[in-house]
Amino acid sequence: MNPPIASVHGHAMERMFWTTMTVIGIAFVITQALLFIYSYKYQHREGRRAYFFSHNNKIEVIWTIIPAIVMAALIFAGWKAWTRITGPAPKDAIVLEVMGKQFNWLVRYPGRDMKLGVVNYRLIDASNEFGFDLSDKSAMDDFTASEIHVPKGHPVLIKIRSRDVLHAVYMPHFRVQMYAVPGMPTRFWFTPTTTTDEMRAKLGNPKFNYELACNQICGKGHFAMKLNIVVDEPDDYVAWFAAQSPISQNADLMASFKQMSQQTGLGKGGSQGARASAVEETGETPAPLSAQASM
Amino acid sequence: MATNLPVSAQSQGGVGTAPVPHTEHEDHLHDHEHHDQHWLWKYVFSQDHKMIARQFLITGMIWAIIGGLLSSLFRLQLGWPEATLDWLQPLLGKWIEGGKLNPEFYLALVTMHGTIMVFFVLTAGLSGTFSNFLIPLQVGARDMASGFMNMLSYWFFFLSSVIMFCSLFLETGPAASGWTIYPPLSALPQAIPGSGMGMTMWLVSMVFFIVSQLLGGVNYVTTVINLRTRGMSMSKLPLTIWAFFLTAILGILSFPVLFSAALLLVFDRSFGTSFFLSDIYIAGQALHNQGGSPVLFQHLFWFLGHPEVYIVIMPAMGMVSEILATNARKPIFGYRAMIGSLIGISLLSFVVWAHHMFVTGMNPFLGSVFMFLTLIIAVPSGVKVFNWLATLWRGNIRFTAAMLFAIGFVSLFISGGLTGIILGNATLDIQMHNTYFVVAHFHLVMGSSAFFGLFAGVYHWFPKMFGRMMDEKLGYIHFWLTFLGVYLVFMPMHYVGIAGFPRRYYSWTGFDAFSQFADLNKFISIAAILAFFAQFVFIFNFFYSIFRGRRATENPWNSTTLEWTTPIEPGHGNWPGEIPAVYRWPYDYSKPGADVDFIPQNVPYSQTPSSNLPYERELSE
Repeated sequence: MNPPIASVHGHAMERMFWTTMTVIGIAFVITQALLFIYSYKYQHREGRRAYFFSHNNKIEVIWTIIPAIVMAALIFAGWKAWTRITGPAPKDAIVLEVMGKQFNWLVRYPGRDMKLGVVNYRLIDASNEFGFDLSDKSAMDDFTASEIHVPKGHPVLIKIRSRDVLHAVYMPHFRVQMYAVPGMPTRFWFTPTTTTDEMRAKLGNPKFNYELACNQICGKGHFAMKLNIVVDEPDDYVAWFAAQSPISQNADLMASFKQMSQQTGLGKGGSQGARASAVEETGETPAPLSAQASM
Repeated sequence: MATNLPVSAQSQGGVGTAPVPHTEHEDHLHDHEHHDQHWLWKYVFSQDHKMIARQFLITGMIWAIIGGLLSSLFRLQLGWPEATLDWLQPLLGKWIEGGKLNPEFYLALVTMHGTIMVFFVLTAGLSGTFSNFLIPLQVGARDMASGFMNMLSYWFFFLSSVIMFCSLFLETGPAASGWTIYPPLSALPQAIPGSGMGMTMWLVSMVFFIVSQLLGGVNYVTTVINLRTRGMSMSKLPLTIWAFFLTAILGILSFPVLFSAALLLVFDRSFGTSFFLSDIYIAGQALHNQGGSPVLFQHLFWFLGHPEVYIVIMPAMGMVSEILATNARKPIFGYRAMIGSLIGISLLSFVVWAHHMFVTGMNPFLGSVFMFLTLIIAVPSGVKVFNWLATLWRGNIRFTAAMLFAIGFVSLFISGGLTGIILGNATLDIQMHNTYFVVAHFHLVMGSSAFFGLFAGVYHWFPKMFGRMMDEKLGYIHFWLTFLGVYLVFMPMHYVGIAGFPRRYYSWTGFDAFSQFADLNKFISIAAILAFFAQFVFIFNFFYSIFRGRRATENPWNSTTLEWTTPIEPGHGNWPGEIPAVYRWPYDYSKPGADVDFIPQNVPYSQTPSSNLPYERELSE
């Protein structure tokens, strides 16, 4: 059945899921049973007459109102949870960014300054897969990673973008799903509750990994767009974070940026210039989730 | 036209002999069948709604076989991911590489399966067939308001079909970005080869399809409003007609929006505009497109796409209502509530589209609004189910093949509809979106249900279409194999979906989370392929019965509606004489005091003094 749960809101969703399942289960059993009982019981017999019973407004009102009340309760519960889950992330949330491309996921962290640097899709090439604009100072200490690390018990805000077609970040164990949309950054925040090691012990499966799958058709390799997620104890996470080397130490990337910025005329004017050209190029301004593109 | 004839229909038969009014007048104006028509005008470019209906039906059946075959092919891949499929090489050619199905062709298969089934089978094949066939016959009209437009409607559909069919054989393959053709995938041939010529043909084909739908829809609406026979007020229309009428309105209002989406996509693909494209780096190149929004396309697509599922299901609802009442020998319970709920569903269907988009990055506030509107639609849907159940209660049920499929429809509609309450909840949709839970849900509630409506309709109206009866025994076999097949396919599929299996995956083996349930997927595949082959029982029955079936009588189901007052094989113009007038609602089954258990709509109250209700007595005087 449902994959094991490893996030705070996942537990709430699980309860709501089973409550709803119970409600629709009851409706299912009653209606299907009546359908088959009536069909069986009122089979045609010679000489019998069907009961001429064309309408009864009182019954109609009853079976309109009762489902309406039940639905109202489900809507209310769903709305409360939805508002909480999609509401703004806590201020102290750990931020990371996932970028979808055909056919894998790229991950970056903001580095020591805790600010994700500006990226610009026109600066992308084989060595600079994110399109970092290194004239932005806050980009210099960003680092990329081949898997996602997050600490247990701490809110995590995943910023999501795509650089080609639609993808979707789908992390079934954390009950997280959000599209990656080219030209429109999206986001999702959650709090992991169980470390990878704890989950391995719980499931008795030493090879278990939390996985991120692409869940929006994106082409040939759609079914193989996998990224592993590691939930660490907070201390382990801090140690892992400290051990990563910033992109400014990546000589290939620096050389590639220099070349691309000459070609495109981008990457000038320092942090402000980088921001301004990214805004001009992409129309992107950092915005809270509540004000996100409301197309 | 006929509505203004001054002569009233005089009935000659008594109530006891299932009275059918006959008139001695011959209405020569409409005796088209006496002219010797060239076969080309009679069978091919026909303007007779009954012939056009048969054309839609048979084209739809051919499409259904193709669509079903495609699903069997990709179920082979999903059930036996390790198998070598060399034996399919004669059929699929280069799409089998080294014994393996090409993953891009796999995506093309699911795309074309969806497109074919939703548009070509369940929209054109279902609504096109029965709206055409039943609207003039049941409202009492000689033909559609415009026979010529009606003919064009079919031929635009035919043209659209030919183009879509040809796209299957392209070097680069047919469209492969899902039946919802979300850009940028559908806009960029660099992203997937199917988005080259395949997508171009898909779009051209859909443009003709939309033209066909609009020509048909305008005709259906006009006919229902203007060409009802004398006495046929809107509150005496059979529920079939109400359903077709509202379906046509939905189509007229929503298909143009798909047209606009397709047009803008054509612009983005061919003329360098940026309606749906922005910030794209693909195949080693940064594209110039900026400022477009892929989410905008989804809004436009689903503004049609959601009403579309009601366009598919409402005609089935109407026919099922009619068939349940006829065979339970009971009036449909809550006739007005049934109309009200159809209207409610129609209105709501326009304001729920974004529930397909809860996790696309759309503003979460919109998500709340659409969750509210979506879950409300459960109320009118529930009303319909309860009314169908109440119709069966204390009935005198004849189990014709049509009745079995109608009951099966109710069962599938309940099963599939209830899981919509989970998916319509934005919170739960975070987990369920694009998983097999969704696939299972819509295949039950609109796919299989609409197919059951279609089958019920064919079994029920076959005598009027072809003058012969279909074989009941084969009908039973077909029903049980299909009914079991559908549940055996889609019930386990919910389970797989709850476990998180994503849809449109070529294989799940790469993921730890999805590496379980290989056996269950094999089971689903076997059930799906068997259910597909069971349909050949129906196809055999259908074609055999056209030529060799038992001859039908005029009113084989003892039904009350007007189509059964026509000759066994009605000619062009439907009634050889005058069109019968209508005096009563269509559901006078088992009325107390009546000699027989049905009183046709064209029998005046003055002839049925023993069964008239108090207010009807006044009408008869």
